[in-house]
Amino acid sequence: MKAFTYERANDALQAAKAAAKPGAKFIAGGTNLLDLMKLEIEQPTHLVDVSRLPLTQIEDTSDGGLRIGSQVPNSDLAADQRVRERYPVLSQALLAGASGQLRNKASTGGNLLQRTRCYFFYDTNRACNKRTPGSGCSAMEGFNRIHAVLGASDHCIATHPSDMAVALTVLDAQIETIRSDGQARRFPLSELHRLPGDTPHIETTLEPSELITGVLLPPPPKGKQIYRKVRDRASYAFALVSVAAIVSIDGTKLQEARFAFGGVAHKPWRVTEVERTLSGKVIDDQTFIEAGELALTGAKGHGANDFKIPLAKRTLARTLADAARA
Amino acid sequence: MPTEAQLPPVSVTLTVNHASHSLNLDARTTLLDALREHIKLSGSKKGCDHGQCGACTVLINGRRINSCLTLAVMHDGDEITTIEGLGSPDQLHPMQAAFLKHDGFQCGYCTPGQICSAVGMLSEAAKGWPSHVTEDVAATQPQLTDAEIRERMSGNICRCAAYPNIVASIRDVAEQSS
Repeated sequence: MKAFTYERANDALQAAKAAAKPGAKFIAGGTNLLDLMKLEIEQPTHLVDVSRLPLTQIEDTSDGGLRIGSQVPNSDLAADQRVRERYPVLSQALLAGASGQLRNKASTGGNLLQRTRCYFFYDTNRACNKRTPGSGCSAMEGFNRIHAVLGASDHCIATHPSDMAVALTVLDAQIETIRSDGQARRFPLSELHRLPGDTPHIETTLEPSELITGVLLPPPPKGKQIYRKVRDRASYAFALVSVAAIVSIDGTKLQEARFAFGGVAHKPWRVTEVERTLSGKVIDDQTFIEAGELALTGAKGHGANDFKIPLAKRTLARTLADAARA
Repeated sequence: MPTEAQLPPVSVTLTVNHASHSLNLDARTTLLDALREHIKLSGSKKGCDHGQCGACTVLINGRRINSCLTLAVMHDGDEITTIEGLGSPDQLHPMQAAFLKHDGFQCGYCTPGQICSAVGMLSEAAKGWPSHVTEDVAATQPQLTDAEIRERMSGNICRCAAYPNIVASIRDVAEQSS
């Protein structure tokens, strides 16, 4: 690990100001950052500890939603009774990720900002445009079983590894931030992560010293919520494909169906055009199979991950069917 | 870019098993290395050093975490409990006794982490926390079945595969306390 200086921030603005220093990074739970620092993939020269900021509350909002402080640990968020009752897809997604120990440490904000688990990003002997811009992408021709089939580019086919972010995306969450100039802003989570394009090293729309202070959930949507994760082990593994779905029905027809994929793209993948086509459709297998076909339009495999395309279609069809028939 | 020679050590006071330790550490020191190399409590083990195996599991304010994936300087004021603080050879913690009774190990390397994790896990279960295998996450008090124990302990790997006896040990303690 490269040497760094350390300071602990007392409030969010002070943290953002401290992180404006060149080479500085925030550290919260540290479960992903320290892993990457040990491998010298991340080499911050200054760490700003935000783990003790007073951002650890989950509060009811006046409109019937929830505000989740960015320092709420993943385990506390998953265990919150309001989340379990009103946003079960979020509890399910969190509990499908990592281990008990990691969830106890990992923060809400940090979960959103975790880096890809692409093997070539982790292997400093291999080319990676995300780690070393312009060096190439070893995944393109290499073993790319876990890689993206949607929204990727010739420069990067990495996926975003978060389960939580997939559930938050289908829930229409917004994030709140503060910048080093003191300006606070709020915007949809769907606008946080970028597609790789020709700058896969730039992963979010945040400024370097911008701190995520919270996540805002709108009032719980109508309908059944399900998170389904398909992976190589029954526990403690990243998704090959996951689906977060929320389905409301009206008799024998779908009223509204929303869904987001994990494990298939550089960000949680939502296709609202396909969601809109589902309203009013008859609840039958054909409807859900068609939704899978439409949602994967334009999907491209790279060899070892070709299987993800049919897997994503089937996982979506099954998850929507389960939610509609619950 | 600071070089190592330019960086002064950081002072931190760690409270480990109710004892206070004032240390001057390189900021890079993980909690695991502080425990093992500076405080000389070698019960917590270094397995993968990347948060994957669970051998380094300790309790911070009663919560289980991977001590290899956190910096020592981030933990002043916290109550840190290691395997040495749970019990002693004369006075075993119920979980330690259960691992002996059920032969919940072979080589023993993962055992301190397994035991600390199990103690943390049972307090999570006692608070009614759900898991990935809980049928209804909204249920206020999920039942601690063997499937639940296995899922909740998935962050602790046992290379000798003593899993059946680890589950038996934990089930025994859970039944004693319920």
